[in-house]
Amino acid sequence: MDAVYLDHAATTPMLPEAVAALTAQLTRTGNASSLHAPGRASRRVVEESREAIAAVLGCRPSDVVLTSGGTESDNLAVKGLFWQRRAEDPRRTRVLSTAVEHHAVLDPLHWLAEHEGADVRLLPVDGVGRLRLDALAAAIDEDPAAVALVSVMAANNEIGTLQPVPEVVALAHAHGIPVHVDAVQALGQVPVDVTAWGVDALTVTGHKVGGPYGVGALVVDRALAPVPLLHGGGQERDVRSGTLDPPGVAGFAAAVTAAHERRPAYAAQVARLRDDLVSGIRALVPDAVLNGDPAAQGRLPNNAHLSFPGCEGDSLLMLLDARGIACSTGSACSAGVPQPSHVLLATGADETTARSSLRFSLGHTSTERDVARVLVEIGPAVERARAAGALATPRRVAG
Amino acid sequence: MRVVAAMSGGVDSAVAAARAKEAGHDVTGIHLALSRNPRSYRSGARGCCTIEDANDARRAADVIDIPFYVWDLSERFHEDVVEDFLDEYAAGRTPNPCLRCNEKIKFAAVLDRALALGFEGVVTGHYARLVPGADGEPPALHRAVDAGKDQSYVLGVLTADQLRGALFPLGGTTKDEVRVEAARRGLSVAQKPDSHDICFIADGDPGGWLSEKLGDRAPNEGGPIVDDVTGEELGRHDGTYRFTVGQRRGLRIGRPAPDGRPRFVLDIEPVSATVRVGPREALGVDGLEAVAPRWCGAPLTAPLTGTVQLRAHGEEHSATVHPDGERVLVDLHEPAAGIAPGQAVVVYDGTRVVGSATITSTRRVEVGAR
Repeated sequence: MDAVYLDHAATTPMLPEAVAALTAQLTRTGNASSLHAPGRASRRVVEESREAIAAVLGCRPSDVVLTSGGTESDNLAVKGLFWQRRAEDPRRTRVLSTAVEHHAVLDPLHWLAEHEGADVRLLPVDGVGRLRLDALAAAIDEDPAAVALVSVMAANNEIGTLQPVPEVVALAHAHGIPVHVDAVQALGQVPVDVTAWGVDALTVTGHKVGGPYGVGALVVDRALAPVPLLHGGGQERDVRSGTLDPPGVAGFAAAVTAAHERRPAYAAQVARLRDDLVSGIRALVPDAVLNGDPAAQGRLPNNAHLSFPGCEGDSLLMLLDARGIACSTGSACSAGVPQPSHVLLATGADETTARSSLRFSLGHTSTERDVARVLVEIGPAVERARAAGALATPRRVAG
Repeated sequence: MRVVAAMSGGVDSAVAAARAKEAGHDVTGIHLALSRNPRSYRSGARGCCTIEDANDARRAADVIDIPFYVWDLSERFHEDVVEDFLDEYAAGRTPNPCLRCNEKIKFAAVLDRALALGFEGVVTGHYARLVPGADGEPPALHRAVDAGKDQSYVLGVLTADQLRGALFPLGGTTKDEVRVEAARRGLSVAQKPDSHDICFIADGDPGGWLSEKLGDRAPNEGGPIVDDVTGEELGRHDGTYRFTVGQRRGLRIGRPAPDGRPRFVLDIEPVSATVRVGPREALGVDGLEAVAPRWCGAPLTAPLTGTVQLRAHGEEHSATVHPDGERVLVDLHEPAAGIAPGQAVVVYDGTRVVGSATITSTRRVEVGAR
C-alpha cells in the first residue's frame, strides 16, 4: 500500500533542483559575513539566491530579508512594523487584519494587543472566507491616522480562498498605510508579485514551495525599517541579525525559481486533479460540502476543503491515515487536542460543521492514482466516521 | 485484533500497548484529552492530562512504533465524571470518580467510538486479569497477581459486553516487572512516578477545589458539628464537602471529648449541613445497602458468601451478598469502619469480580451490644 500524500499545504517534498542546490553548499565553509575568500564565496551564494528570489517575487534584491521561515517573517512584519509606525507617530495604535489569518499573524496581533496596547481589529469575511472590503474601508475611514498597519493573507491555508490584495492595497495606500501580505500558501500556486500588488511587506517560506525547512523571507520595502526581533551582528540590513545559512538560502532560491517556472503548467494540472477529487467525493458522498470559494479563480488550485456532515474530521483523518492517505483537518492543534477551525467559524459555519472538515492539499507529486485511491477509501471511511459521530451524546441541559 | 490502546503518558499504559502489539494485535495508540483547559509545561503542575503527559504518550507510541492520535473527550468527561463527582459531594456522599470514568468514558465513550471506527477492543494499563470464557461466554474479571497494584475494584462497574471489548495485558505481572520491562523496551516513562489522587484535581487539594467548583450546588455556607450521642453542637464547619465518613483530621473542635479520645465523622446530613461525630467504635458497620448494581457477567440471583471491597486499595471483608432487584444488601461478617455512602461496594467470589453497586446506607453496629 503506497502512501498517498495529500497534505502539501502543511509541507511539500523538496524539488530536485532545491536538493541539488542545497547539497552543493553543504560541504563548503565560509561565513557570509567574513571578509576572506571563503566568506566572499558564501556571500556570493547568498546574494545570487537573493537576486533569484527577488526576480520571482517582483521586488528589488535589497528588499529581501532572509529569515527562518513564515512564522518569523510574519512576526517581524506585524510586530516590527507596528513598533516602527507607532514610534513615528504615537497615534498609530491600530492594526487591521482579518479573522481568517494564520496563527503566525493572529498570535503576534493578540500579543501586541495584550502587551503593547495595540487596538487590533480582525475584520469579517464573507461565506467563502474573503475579506469584506466594505468593512476594511469603514475601519480605515473611522480614523486613518490611527492605523499603523494592514495585514492580510494572500491565500488562506485552510480553505484556499484568495484575498483581494490589490484592492486592499488601494484602500490602505490612499491613506499612506503600509500593507503586509502573508503569501506563504500562495507562492508557487498563484501569481505573487510584490510590485504589481504594491504591497509593502510580504511573507514567504521555503518548505511550502519545495525548498528546505527553516528558511524563508520577509520582503520589506527599503523605505520601511521594522524594529528587529533579533539583535546581533547586523546582518540583513540590521533588520534580522544572525549568521546566514548559504545551503538553506540556495535551496530556497532554487525552489522558488523552479516552482515559478513550472507554475503555469503545474497549476492547470493540479487544479484538474483537485476538481476530479472534489467531484468524485461529492458523487460518493452527496452531502459533502466544499468550503471556500467554489470558483476556480477564487481559490488555490491545489486546495480541496470539505465538510462531511455527521463525521468528525479527526475520525476521518485517522481512518484514511490507517489506509495510507495523509491529509489534514486543517485546524489548529495545541497538545494535539483539535479545536474547531477559527477560519470556518469566521465564514459562519457552526462548531459541528467546523469539526467535520477535512483538507486535501495537492502538490507537485500528486497523481491521478492519488485521487483514485482517495475515492476508493473515502466512502467506507465516511460511513464509519458517521457511525462514531452518531454516538456523541447531547449536552447536559443548562440549569 | 484491531485495537486502540488508551495511553495516559504513564508507564503502565505504555507497556500495556507494547505488549498488545507484541501479542500480534494491530494497535493504535490514543491519548484521551480529558481536561477542558490542559495545563502547559510552564505551570509545572503534576496531574493527568497535561501537555507533558500527551507528549510522553506520543513518545511511547513512537518507541512502540504504533500510530498515535489524541481523542478529545473533555466534554464527555466533564459531563459524566466531573459533574457527577460534584453532584455526589453536594449530596453528602463520597464518590469514586475512577469507577465512573471506567464505566462512562474508557469502556463506553472510547470503546463505542473504537467499535464504530472498526476497532475490536480497548487496551488499558489496568492491573486486572481477564480469563477467557468458554464458547462465546464473556470473559471473567479477576484480581491482578500484584495485590499491591490490583485495580479490579475500579473495573467492577464493567458489564459483560464492556469486558468483551477490554484487554488488560498487565494483570499477570507486578509493577516492578512492568518498570523493568519499560526500561528494556526503551520507554522513557519507565521511572515516571505513579499518578495518585484524583486526576482532575491537580494540586491534591480536594477541599479547596470543591469549594471553588461547588458554587450554589451545595450547602457551602457551613453548619454545625454535632455530638452523635448527646446532640450537643461542638463546633462549626464551613462546608460538608470537606468531610467524609471515618475522617478524624480537620474537625477543629475546640474541646476534647469527655473521655479524651479522638472523635470521627460518623454521618453527613447535607440538607441541614450537619456533621455528626463520635468515638471510633461508633464507626463500626456490619451491614450496608447499595443500589444500581452492575454485574461483570451473569447477574447475581442468589445470596453469595464471598468478599467485598469498599474502597480503592481497601481491604477485603468477608460478607454475604443478597441481590434484591435494583438493590444489593450486604452482611459483613466482621464490622468495617469508615464506610461512606457514595462509595462503591465491589463483590468478589475468590479472585473473580462479581459486580458492584453504590452504597446508599450503612447499618451501624450497636455500640456496647457486642
